[in-house]
Amino acid sequence: MLKDVSFGQYYPVDSFVHRMDPRLKLVFLIAYIVAIFLAKNFYGLGACLLVLVLAVAFSRVPVRKVLRSMKGILFLVVFTAVINLFFYRGEEILFSWKFITISKEGIIFSIFLVLRLFLLVMCSSLLTYTTTPVALTDGLESLLTPLKWIKFPVHELALIMSIALRFIPILMDETERIMNAQKARGANFESGGLIKRAKAIIPVLIPLLLSAFRRAEELGDAMDARCYMGSKNRTKYKKLKFGWRDLIGFLLVAALITGVVLLRVYLGATI
Amino acid sequence: MRITAEHLNFTYNPSSPFASKALKDVSLTIEEGEFFGIIGHTGSGKSTFVQHLNGLLRVPTSLKKYKAKKPKKGEILPPKTVLTVGEFDLTDKKTDFRALRKHVGMVFQYPEYQLFAETVEADVAFGLKNFSEKKLSDDEVKDAVKQALEIVGLDYEAMKDASPFDLSGGQKRRVAIAGVIVTRPEVLVLDEPAAGLDPLGKKEIMQLLHKLHKEWCQTVVIVSHDMDEISENCTKAAVFSEGEVKFVMPPSELFRHADELFSLGLDIPRTAKICRALEQRGVTLECDFTTEDLIRKALALKG
Repeated sequence: MLKDVSFGQYYPVDSFVHRMDPRLKLVFLIAYIVAIFLAKNFYGLGACLLVLVLAVAFSRVPVRKVLRSMKGILFLVVFTAVINLFFYRGEEILFSWKFITISKEGIIFSIFLVLRLFLLVMCSSLLTYTTTPVALTDGLESLLTPLKWIKFPVHELALIMSIALRFIPILMDETERIMNAQKARGANFESGGLIKRAKAIIPVLIPLLLSAFRRAEELGDAMDARCYMGSKNRTKYKKLKFGWRDLIGFLLVAALITGVVLLRVYLGATI
Repeated sequence: MRITAEHLNFTYNPSSPFASKALKDVSLTIEEGEFFGIIGHTGSGKSTFVQHLNGLLRVPTSLKKYKAKKPKKGEILPPKTVLTVGEFDLTDKKTDFRALRKHVGMVFQYPEYQLFAETVEADVAFGLKNFSEKKLSDDEVKDAVKQALEIVGLDYEAMKDASPFDLSGGQKRRVAIAGVIVTRPEVLVLDEPAAGLDPLGKKEIMQLLHKLHKEWCQTVVIVSHDMDEISENCTKAAVFSEGEVKFVMPPSELFRHADELFSLGLDIPRTAKICRALEQRGVTLECDFTTEDLIRKALALKG
């Protein structure tokens, strides 16, 4: 049951995209999202789609797997599309009934929106497919370094994040173990009404909380015992380095943004 | 209840990059009345196997479907998987697994971490209430809990209102075991029942299991790393390694295969080590590797 919830959907293969620097991947993601919002016509979005297809192809993550991340926001996508379809105030009205009007512009706008959402979700999930959570926090820490000047505890923040991420699978395992133990004592998690099910969770929740506290305390003690003092004078086990892959990525993203802007200037905006 | 497994296979996370085969063609029979030991390394599949015994892990049904198809010419189908506990057929999806769990008690590793209720009495009664078809009266619950606590060696009156979290480690474990045996399972499975206890605590737990075996549960199955525990207590033992069953025999025979056990990364009990050392010095002692028997044979040798 819990095994189906894939957390940190990292897909462990070795590929071009996997080997890119996590810092740059984060920057690329932001730049890519900016590009998606800069694109005001279908040519611009087409260019974004092309880059996405390239990135997926070079990540060696199965296309089906990447597409599956759409499942979570399917409802949102359909909902926004329908709302926009019905309530967009366009000029060329194709159909009208009471307060619902469908216009040509509305249809185009809905399609545009769906495409945009699709690209947004795809690119961010591609990042999590190709980057381990640990690498991500590492990259984030490095990117946030300038905040240290205003005394923002960047290292501590990154540490909290990586510990939290690290503990999720451990706590999942623990949950499953406790659930099994209570199931063996006849607990029933699968049937009954809402209240009955909520009640059935208590025998899992209490041992789980206790074990989370115990583990936190143990980890704290272990860090104290090693005189862990945070960021001062610490070196990294895995140093982040830019390589030729990052250069190619940079060129591609830069070209994308330039292209999108040029397409917008010369071909005009659809919306 | 007799436990039979034939050609049992199990894979974690099938058809994903994390797939790992935990059981490979495991065939094993545990007769009623046995005090059965399961030995193996971490990751040898022993815990996976025992979790099958009360349906926490299931025989994959896709395998069954595959078998239902008629084999094509020249195609060899894998042998049929069998897994039965008494009358329960665990390869059948329709089996009532809750009823099965009432008959097969399962004590997990570090069972004290599953305690949750406010009082010891409520915690022990949890399984009892879950499994009973009708609503039990307070007296019935009290009676059953009292008996369960007393057989694990705890004083009911002193314990019943205590918080399980205030007890000592050994006491917690006893309460947890009481919470499983309170439904009087016919088969009791324990995963590393003595792990993390001090020597005295270990000894007491094993004594408790013998008492349970004699008085409450017909069959006891323990998973253990500790070879002394196996040789002193078990009537029969199975050795798991990398998902396969390597040996199934009484400890008195098993620990004669010292070299094979060493090559699997396992150890032999102290008694067997003594016998080996004596043998190298030219004294042969034929014993069943319990301390008691070793002493007796040694004294007999002295004459």
